[in-house]
Amino acid sequence: MLLSVDRVSKTYAGGRPVLREVSLTLDAGQTLALTGESGSGKSTLLNLIGALDVADAGEIRLGDTAYAGLDDAGRAALRRDRVALVFQQFNLIPSLTAARNLEFHARLAGRRDAAWLDRLAERLGLGDLLSRHPEDLSGGQQQRVAIGRALAVRPALLLADEPTGNLDETASTSVLDLMLELVRESGTALLLVTHSEAIAARLDRRAHLAGGRIA
Amino acid sequence: MNDRFCACLFALMLMLPSAALPQGFAGLGTEAEGFALPDPDYRLRFPEDHGPHPAFRIEWWYVTANLTGPDGSDYGIQWTLFRSALKPGEAEGWASPQIWMGHAAATTTEAHYSAERLARGGIGQAGVTAQPFDAWIDDWRMRGQDFDTLRLRAASDDFAYDLSLQAQGPLVLHGRDGHSVKSADGQASHYYSQPAYAVTGTLSLPDGETQVTGTAWLDREWSSQPLSPDQTGWDWFSLGFEDGTRLMAFRLRGGRGDFTSGTWIEANGRATALPDGAIRLQPLERTGPPNRRIPTTWSLVLPERDLDLRIEAMNPDAWMETSFLYWEGPVRISGSHSGKGYLEMTGYGEDDEG
Amino acid sequence: MIGAACLALWSHWRRHKLQLATLLAGLALATGLWSAVQAINGEARASYDRAAAQLGAGQWPELRPRAGADIPLETYVSLRRTGWRLAPVLEGNLRLAGRSVTVMGVGLLTHPALPAVEAAEGGDGLAPVEVLTPPGRLFADPGLAARLEGNTDLPPVLPSDAVPPGTLLTDIAVAERLLDRPGTLSRLLILEPPPPGLPPLSELAPDLDRVAARGSGDIARLTDSFHLNLTAFGLLSFAVGMFIVHGTVGLSFEQRRGMIRSLRAMGLPLGLLARLMLAELALLALLGGGAGLILGYAVAGALLPDVASSLRGLYGAPVEGTLSLRPGWVLSGLGMALAGTGLASARALWRVAHLPLLAAPGMRAWGGSAAAMRAMVAAGVALILAGALATWLPGGLLGGFLLLGGVLTGAALLLPPLLSVILAMGARMARGPLAQWVWADMRAQLPGLSLALMALLLALAANIGVGTMVSSFRLTFTGWLDQRLASELYVAARDDAQGARMATWLGDRADAVLPSRSVERRHNGAPIFVYGIVDDPTYRDNWPLIAESPGVWDALARGEAVLINEQMARRDDLWPGDTVSVLPDWPLRVAGVYSDYGNPTAQAITALPALLERVPNLPNQRFGIRIAPDQVDDLARDLRADFDLPPGALVDQAALKAQSMAVFDKTFLVTGALNVLTLGVAAFAMLTSLLTLWTQRLPQVAPLWAMGLTRARLARLELLRSLALAALTALAALPLGLVLAWALLAVVNVEAFGWRLPMFLFPLDWLRLFALALLAAGLAALWPARRLSRLPPAGLLKVFSNER
Repeated sequence: MLLSVDRVSKTYAGGRPVLREVSLTLDAGQTLALTGESGSGKSTLLNLIGALDVADAGEIRLGDTAYAGLDDAGRAALRRDRVALVFQQFNLIPSLTAARNLEFHARLAGRRDAAWLDRLAERLGLGDLLSRHPEDLSGGQQQRVAIGRALAVRPALLLADEPTGNLDETASTSVLDLMLELVRESGTALLLVTHSEAIAARLDRRAHLAGGRIA
Repeated sequence: MNDRFCACLFALMLMLPSAALPQGFAGLGTEAEGFALPDPDYRLRFPEDHGPHPAFRIEWWYVTANLTGPDGSDYGIQWTLFRSALKPGEAEGWASPQIWMGHAAATTTEAHYSAERLARGGIGQAGVTAQPFDAWIDDWRMRGQDFDTLRLRAASDDFAYDLSLQAQGPLVLHGRDGHSVKSADGQASHYYSQPAYAVTGTLSLPDGETQVTGTAWLDREWSSQPLSPDQTGWDWFSLGFEDGTRLMAFRLRGGRGDFTSGTWIEANGRATALPDGAIRLQPLERTGPPNRRIPTTWSLVLPERDLDLRIEAMNPDAWMETSFLYWEGPVRISGSHSGKGYLEMTGYGEDDEG
Repeated sequence: MIGAACLALWSHWRRHKLQLATLLAGLALATGLWSAVQAINGEARASYDRAAAQLGAGQWPELRPRAGADIPLETYVSLRRTGWRLAPVLEGNLRLAGRSVTVMGVGLLTHPALPAVEAAEGGDGLAPVEVLTPPGRLFADPGLAARLEGNTDLPPVLPSDAVPPGTLLTDIAVAERLLDRPGTLSRLLILEPPPPGLPPLSELAPDLDRVAARGSGDIARLTDSFHLNLTAFGLLSFAVGMFIVHGTVGLSFEQRRGMIRSLRAMGLPLGLLARLMLAELALLALLGGGAGLILGYAVAGALLPDVASSLRGLYGAPVEGTLSLRPGWVLSGLGMALAGTGLASARALWRVAHLPLLAAPGMRAWGGSAAAMRAMVAAGVALILAGALATWLPGGLLGGFLLLGGVLTGAALLLPPLLSVILAMGARMARGPLAQWVWADMRAQLPGLSLALMALLLALAANIGVGTMVSSFRLTFTGWLDQRLASELYVAARDDAQGARMATWLGDRADAVLPSRSVERRHNGAPIFVYGIVDDPTYRDNWPLIAESPGVWDALARGEAVLINEQMARRDDLWPGDTVSVLPDWPLRVAGVYSDYGNPTAQAITALPALLERVPNLPNQRFGIRIAPDQVDDLARDLRADFDLPPGALVDQAALKAQSMAVFDKTFLVTGALNVLTLGVAAFAMLTSLLTLWTQRLPQVAPLWAMGLTRARLARLELLRSLALAALTALAALPLGLVLAWALLAVVNVEAFGWRLPMFLFPLDWLRLFALALLAAGLAALWPARRLSRLPPAGLLKVFSNER
């Protein structure tokens, strides 16, 4: 078992609880779609798993690492080395070229693999786009760079939060196809937040969040 | 004349701006403070006495002329050089205590132009020499080989004249041998005139240059004592009649009554002094705006010479717009005698500057 | 609708009180420094005008001597006698009660009305005889009158508020006696145009030149450069302050984008919205400007006494040290605040006007476009060239300042492209991904920071330039003082008789007695002081010559040559080998030129015996005494006792040097103060820019955080980035500052004061300034960085939130 989420709760200051004793597991190489209404806590759960935020209660483990014992630096190291994130907003670094963005995370993690990068670039169809800056790329192209950047680090777990939410249908389909293909090829586990039934149906498993609980 | 006395001292006060004017003439003081005093026993000597007398407080060279243009128009001109001493005596350069002031005017029946010049003594900007005769301030000048043949020049922004004067008779000494008494208290001056110059020359006015001829009267007077404390002004006449006789007459207006004096001059130049009371002067008509109301028509009666005159200003508005304000202009004479002359009046108007 | 809109707009400031405070502070600083300088200038100019009115200076055209010294009295008289209406003036300087006093003698009879004389005549009934005949009267301001009290050598002194400080107004008769210049005049006022038909002036008085009425007079002309200097500083401060305004206004508009969009979506017309925002800005400008005026008034009040003493020391200009409030000053200060705010906000307003109703919050472009950079380079180069051209074309002091302005603004424009190139190079050379990101990100930040960096560049360059100038001047001045003040003791006698006795007395007791005897004349229409010196090794060893011909001292001793001061050399273009007549009909070869700082007038030195032949009555009251240093105190005591000298009459070398240095330091105190203030304002501008960029920074750093960088590390990088930019800017400021220093020393000083100063470099000062710049940038960046390091994850997560 790669990821285990055990009775995790999260409440933001002054608000109602966003997650209530959520539990979830994911095996290596497995893909899981996390669905739910707007505000159901999907993104919050993803952020907790991505060590971007800290749970109030419950336990998250990635492999043999228990999140509860991590300080800021430990969480940063986890994000750097073992999980990778793809967001709806792409969140590329605007001052760097597509090529630099693509390799950025891998280099941060000290795991730059030129062959793998070339292959990713080729598979993602980035060839001519690599020298461009993000602002010169379309949304679909930016998201392909973002996916490539996440996979380049060869993470154990890829977290994707509505990765096609900002794309039109054609782009959305091709980006999703590519992502699923590459995830399977590289044996990366995927946790994908979506509200689309069609997308959810293409993943190995699905979990539905409603009112802060797994339904 | 005393008028000129005071005029000169007034001028001095006014030269330094906003000097508080003494009430009446009292501020002038009747003391002579080290200045020489007119001496009844002094006998005038010429040409020396044509020159300045720096030991005396005040002195002037005073020319008035009644002139006629080719078309018969009447004109009058005035040329005066005043000397006033702050202290008796003379010194070289700026240290000289002598102050010089020039007044010049030209009068037509329609207009009156006047100008003024000031100068310090000791530096050569103004002065008088007796022989050859030369009196000047800035570019105004009266000079000649002697006192009988003079060239008289003055120029200002709106008028100028250049006249030749030729004496037609002898000098006339006023009072007793030139010692002229000015009040019942005995104030006096040394006073002589050349009343009969024939004049030719040019007069330039804003509308052009005119050839003029006529007669001029030159007064010379110096003294150190001004007026009696009660005297407030004066009226002074120099008149020339068609028969060649002339009359100098003045009235000093005082709180204790008027003091009159004069000199009757026959055509050959023989002079007779006229004592106080011999001449009766009476203003007949006053003209001008309220602050400058002044007698411009006079009656003059001298019974001992069967004289009963009506004297009218040729131009009632002949005010001298100089450091101190006075009236000086040509007059026409009618009545028992006819002729022309000059009239000076002080102590009437209020200075515009207050 | 308007009320609701106002409420919405205002709510922003209620929520961002700090931002409001920053904006108002920026406005207040800009207006404050500008109006402080204006107040100082205004006060000084008012003093000059008052002095000019009190002396009637500059109201009439004048006749001035073309060459040589004075106008002979005869010339005046002969001109008057040809019909010129003139009023004569005799002027000169006199040492009285330990200070130099200007004596202005006028022909009180013919001179146009003078307020002091009028008042005395009116109030005290002063009689003409008292003023016009010996001993005469002196009119002086109450301060001078009090100092001269009991001086029995002088005519009675009448205190008058209508006489400028340091001036004795009197009749010409008294003036020629006091100045010992009988029969001479300095200038002639033309009271009325000469009558037509006179011979031309060139025939009547070939040595006189007609000079048109000048209005405010010599002093205004002399001090123009000084005031231009201050104005330049004020403008620089204002510009730097406006960078702050630009930054804050930009930030507030950026943050109110959403609100603006909502207001417009709810039907508020764009025109009305724009007007409301304009009104809001105007209100803020008036508030900030008002605060600035108070600040400026305080600063001006604090600086004015020193400025006044500088002006008195440098030019003998009559300036009092007290400040009065002028309505024109208030209005112009508020006007500047309004105009500056308008200019600084123009871009933000324009963006509001063009803000699309529906628009995704776009990602900020990674940097200025290449075209914009090229335009900046072109404009920068053009400005620098134009400035350089101005040195020749209009030339003069104006040219000097145009050069400074052109070079400074041009260099400021060149800064962003230059930094961009350097950063791109850095990015190429960087190894690690983080380093690459830092370089690239700095470049991306450049457009947002460039104004603040330009402000920093200008402030640093001005600091280096002015600092170099002042330090160079100070170093030169110190050395020069050592040379000029070679005598151990300086003594002033009461009069010539005492001077003569003193010289004899000193003869057996001192190693050497060096008389200081001079005469004031006019040369080319300006005053010149001609000194006669004895041949003594003191001069040969010490005199600060900047140009000389061989055998200069021997030629001087033989009475065949003259030394002139640098001011005169430069003004009249006279150098060793040329010939000059410092006195009429006495042509002498110029053998040397010496530096003569702090003196606005021309000066010449020749052999004393030769000078005495031509000017026999030179005052003989001041001596330099050479004596072994250990005997100075004894000699001074004996001198004091034997001659019953007042305290000020005897000064030793050290005291004199200290006095001179004190005057010097006071002169540049204002410059130094403005320098520091400008740098402070620049640091503040950097802070506001960084705060402005804050909202744009989060989306840039959040992905890195997500990829595994801690906030603390990111914060450190932020700090490092600001320091790096500041350091690069400081490096760029160094050459610019040196160019500025060169222009100040070699162009502006020569034009303004008549002396050129050698340039010394002070690398330690640069290091200090470099550290100061880093400190300023560090302080400015510290706050945003701290904020980042403490930001809760939720703040960063918002960047990723899908609802953004």
